[in-house]
Amino acid sequence: MSAPPGESLLSVRHLAVTFPLPSGEEARVVDGISFDVAPGEIVALVGESGCGKSVTALALLDLVPPPGRILSGEVLFEGRDLLSAPEREKERARGGGIGLVFQEPGAALDPVRTIGSELVDVLRRHRGLSRREARGAALEWLRRVSLPDPARRFDDLPHRMSGGMRQRAMVALALAGGPRLLVADEPTTALDVTIQAQILDLLRDLRRDLGLAIVLITHDLGVVAETADRALVMYAGEIVESARVSDLFARPSHPYTRGLLASRPGEDGRLRAMPGSVPEPGRRPVGCAFEPRCPEAFGRCRAARPTLRPVPDTAVEAACFLHDEGGAA
Amino acid sequence: MNEAPLLSVRDLHKTFVHGGGPLKGGTRVAAVNGVSFDLMPGATLALVGESGSGKSTTARLVLRLLAPDRGTIHLDGRDWLALPPRELNRLRREVGVVFQDPATSLNPRMTVEEIVAEPLDIHRLAAGRARRERVAALLEAVGLPLSAMGKTPREFSGGQRQRIAIARALATEPRLVVLDEPVSALDVSIRAQVVNLLRDLQRTTPSRPAYLFIGHDLGLVRAIADEVAVLYLGRIVEAGPTAEVFARPRHPYTALLIASEPRGTPPQEGERPARLRAPGEPPSPADPPSGCAFHPRCPSAQAVCRDGTPREESEEGTRRRVSCFFPLGGA
Repeated sequence: MSAPPGESLLSVRHLAVTFPLPSGEEARVVDGISFDVAPGEIVALVGESGCGKSVTALALLDLVPPPGRILSGEVLFEGRDLLSAPEREKERARGGGIGLVFQEPGAALDPVRTIGSELVDVLRRHRGLSRREARGAALEWLRRVSLPDPARRFDDLPHRMSGGMRQRAMVALALAGGPRLLVADEPTTALDVTIQAQILDLLRDLRRDLGLAIVLITHDLGVVAETADRALVMYAGEIVESARVSDLFARPSHPYTRGLLASRPGEDGRLRAMPGSVPEPGRRPVGCAFEPRCPEAFGRCRAARPTLRPVPDTAVEAACFLHDEGGAA
Repeated sequence: MNEAPLLSVRDLHKTFVHGGGPLKGGTRVAAVNGVSFDLMPGATLALVGESGSGKSTTARLVLRLLAPDRGTIHLDGRDWLALPPRELNRLRREVGVVFQDPATSLNPRMTVEEIVAEPLDIHRLAAGRARRERVAALLEAVGLPLSAMGKTPREFSGGQRQRIAIARALATEPRLVVLDEPVSALDVSIRAQVVNLLRDLQRTTPSRPAYLFIGHDLGLVRAIADEVAVLYLGRIVEAGPTAEVFARPRHPYTALLIASEPRGTPPQEGERPARLRAPGEPPSPADPPSGCAFHPRCPSAQAVCRDGTPREESEEGTRRRVSCFFPLGGA
């Protein structure tokens, strides 16, 4: 399902991130994942707490907080590996080529600076605008993200705004540097559902109008269905399924994806719970990480680790032995 | 239905004053502004709404963690707000509660046995071996191993901690359990386990508890509640049997909530149908709009909605009620 290298805007190769455990061992919270994002594509990284999706988002910009560290891998953005690039190039990419939006705009925005002055800064640094030009452009961005009353909000501190308004301001800030890629980590999780719908509409409009690619980190399959073109399902630090969203929902290939979809309340109000819970960091089973919870596991799943491979006769990739020739036999 | 309600709430009001002293007169926030509902024995009523809707304040008023400014609450036919202390303590055992975040609602220094047995101790319902057996039975009912007894909450995952909280809530065999966003902090796969557990326990617990479920996730409300009441800025704008309200919303705000919920399946290739959206955000409860509080965002609003407060109308022959001058689906 990976785009040919020439067509990728972002190409992540064998990315691994570790965090030290109290025991002194290192836990691989991201365990050698690879994926591609094409220009203008919305790719969702979806999974539950601890699956490694947020750490992946930070690793894309080499922002993994210590004591975590990137063990290995490449993050090729427009063909250049950001992880091995000089610090100056990384700085240019952050907020320049790649914009970032976090779950809690309240925590990401500087509490003692007006949203206008933050925007002006970004526009001067990444776009080389004069102060006057930057002010005009900043107002234009606030309008573009439909912040109500932009001229007044320009001089507001973040705490004077509602959560929805702060998230719009955060999106404006992430886009002002002219990125080709937006990394959005749970951008609507802290918002009420009517406001979430507005922000998801905004992200889709921005992709349509600006040709922006988006990596959307979320735990919410509903958000994935509404917003993304393609989804990467993560479990215990690995991508277990990669599929177009239409395929993922119509014909989920990995038993974990099937379990996640069934856990959601359906029209009939019934929920099918998955037994057990995700393995704790550092306690990953030897074989498939999902094996202890998997209703379809067989002998081989305990012994060996499946890798992400094309599922025969589909455009889907899954890390599951069920799809190997004679896998379950 | 001739049965008497277990919980009967009438015209509940609660206003908070923020900032300024009592003499300076701070900002007045009408968090709950005339809420009324009935909950039948063994049934589940969900209060849904967004931030500032007053759903959690209503739960706190029902639990008597807050005192209302006005209004009445009857539990099992008795005036829950005017009971003499001794009777109040007796009646308290009929009410259990599960909060959103088990990390902060369970005492980290107590063992699971102490946490689950505490309501039994307070109400002197069991001691010694009977107490221990009761705790063991409760742990088994919520799917925790007996070895959990001597451990402290931090040794458990979020989902397991919520199971501990549920065991504690059910310890006194209450007839009412208030569930204040009980699964909102949990992961999707764990959420389903806990919701199914709550549904099973409602059936298998001998006291057949009624649930007052506070939530914002309409999908979960569909899964757990017989009846739903939709709150907006401190008032119930629509209420009725869950399936009917969701299939045929009558208040424009209910329709907006349903349309805003991610649909759960991707749209067909190339198709992205226009969805119902409302501009703007819920107004601050400190500065509510005139008339119907929803009118600034409402697609059906007319002049009368700005000037007058709609009266609640009941639909004949059904348990549905709606407060709107121009309810959806015709008159």
